[in-house]
Amino acid sequence: MLIINCPYCGEREQEEFSCGGEAHIERPKNPPDLNDDQWADYLFLRQNIKGLQYERWNHSFGCRQWFNVARNTATDEILAVYKMGEKPPALESNNPITPCGEPAIGSGNFSTSKK
Amino acid sequence: MIKRSKKYSVFSLVKNALSYHENWQPAWRNPEIKKEYDAIIVGGGGHGLTTAYYLAKNHGIKNIAVVEKGWIGGGNTGRNTTIIRSNYLWDQSAAIYDHALKLWEGMSQELNYNVMFSQRGVMNVAHNLHDVRELKRRWHANRLNGVDCEWLNTKEVKKFCPVINTSPNIRYPVLGATLQRRAGTARHDAVAWGYARGADAMGVDIIQNCEVTEININNGNVTGIETTRGTIKSKKIGVVCAGHSSVIAKMAGIKLPLESRPLQALVSEPVKPVIDTVVMSNTIHAYVSQSDKGELVIGAGTDGYNSYSQRGGFNIVEDTIMAIVELFPLFSRMKMLRHWGGIVDICPDASPIISKTHINGLYFNCGWGTGGFKATPGSGWVFAHTIANDQPHALNAPFSINRFSSGELVDEHGAAAVAH
Repeated sequence: MLIINCPYCGEREQEEFSCGGEAHIERPKNPPDLNDDQWADYLFLRQNIKGLQYERWNHSFGCRQWFNVARNTATDEILAVYKMGEKPPALESNNPITPCGEPAIGSGNFSTSKK
Repeated sequence: MIKRSKKYSVFSLVKNALSYHENWQPAWRNPEIKKEYDAIIVGGGGHGLTTAYYLAKNHGIKNIAVVEKGWIGGGNTGRNTTIIRSNYLWDQSAAIYDHALKLWEGMSQELNYNVMFSQRGVMNVAHNLHDVRELKRRWHANRLNGVDCEWLNTKEVKKFCPVINTSPNIRYPVLGATLQRRAGTARHDAVAWGYARGADAMGVDIIQNCEVTEININNGNVTGIETTRGTIKSKKIGVVCAGHSSVIAKMAGIKLPLESRPLQALVSEPVKPVIDTVVMSNTIHAYVSQSDKGELVIGAGTDGYNSYSQRGGFNIVEDTIMAIVELFPLFSRMKMLRHWGGIVDICPDASPIISKTHINGLYFNCGWGTGGFKATPGSGWVFAHTIANDQPHALNAPFSINRFSSGELVDEHGAAAVAH
């Protein structure tokens, strides 16, 4: 279970929160001009990153505020918490080695795919 | 398809018993990797192996490699709760899942491998008025699609599954259930092993411990893959790798509408036969069956965030156990033996993607989310057709990736049984 540091309430158990998915997806500024593929990209397509992901969380059973979390989806390690509207912090992505003992090589890991 | 000398039978059993079972041959080879194949399947789980099997059997393409980063059946194929059913709401889903169910019915004979398919029935329980309406709607939809389904009232539920608590005084009383008698369970490992053996016998190379690191594309045509064991060329590549589909797609510059999440399950200590069917509940969110070893196999819901870590939160396990204990108070003192998570790739409409892509020769079969096991043979059947003919089978045409642009979604959140 994750322990999440709400910027308004401090550290709480994950049960109090709900995840709002990928962060920094902006609603298109000119909706009528978009074609179907662009709408699909905005509505449905997601990066679904293995590794460092910026995502939105809501403290739904607490202060009910939204905020952003930078988390490594391969290890579930939370790297940073920052408020809505703020720019994502530049972070070094850890090598995603999963707890189940998956080897460090491959898996589309950032650190190895560029070798 | 299996040569007579390799066929499992009572005679081969006796023959090997005489040599103290020390001379059984491996069920599939450990082949040298060739430089080029007619088709490469990325992912050696159930869906990937059935794809290779039906490519060889139905379409005569036998020069195939199945590339698996771990070992056969070590991913979601060995992590699911082995439930098989086809009682989906929409016509498109009912057609593909029922096609799969028909293949399950003849699978052990076809593969000469006992997958322990047991048609013990699946009950979907209703706990409130909305459930009753929704399940009755699905019951009628199933019957119109030729999928067997019945409605049971509370008394009939109790008769069919005597250990269930039908007291009206519990928080979520049992108001009725749908029952699909043709549905049931199968031994999940045996499915992977049986198809691996069957595909291998037709010449398919099964390459384990070989992880894809890049997809080679030239002028919009796929030319091969880079792996941890070198370059392999092919003009057709089928990607069937469940939770890691987005990772592979990214190598080809494709963005998919998927989110990968942990889905947890657990098994109890083995006990004598107590529950001879599968009980599922959407509302209180639990499903349970008993394996042939006697363990209760219990499934939970997905954790509500993206993760590739193959483990989830204890709060999900707690919720699931609470629901199970309310429905089956006699399980309250059972000890749980094992607990694990798998990474499932969930589509916005809870339906799969079995599709060509804008890159020639690159095909994706993904998005099965929480319910891929039941579709294993049907998925491979239609995906093999898609790869061989470069166009979809009638059964998977509605599951194109283009539906997210056209808006023709197949919304199966209700029938997917596990809340997403």
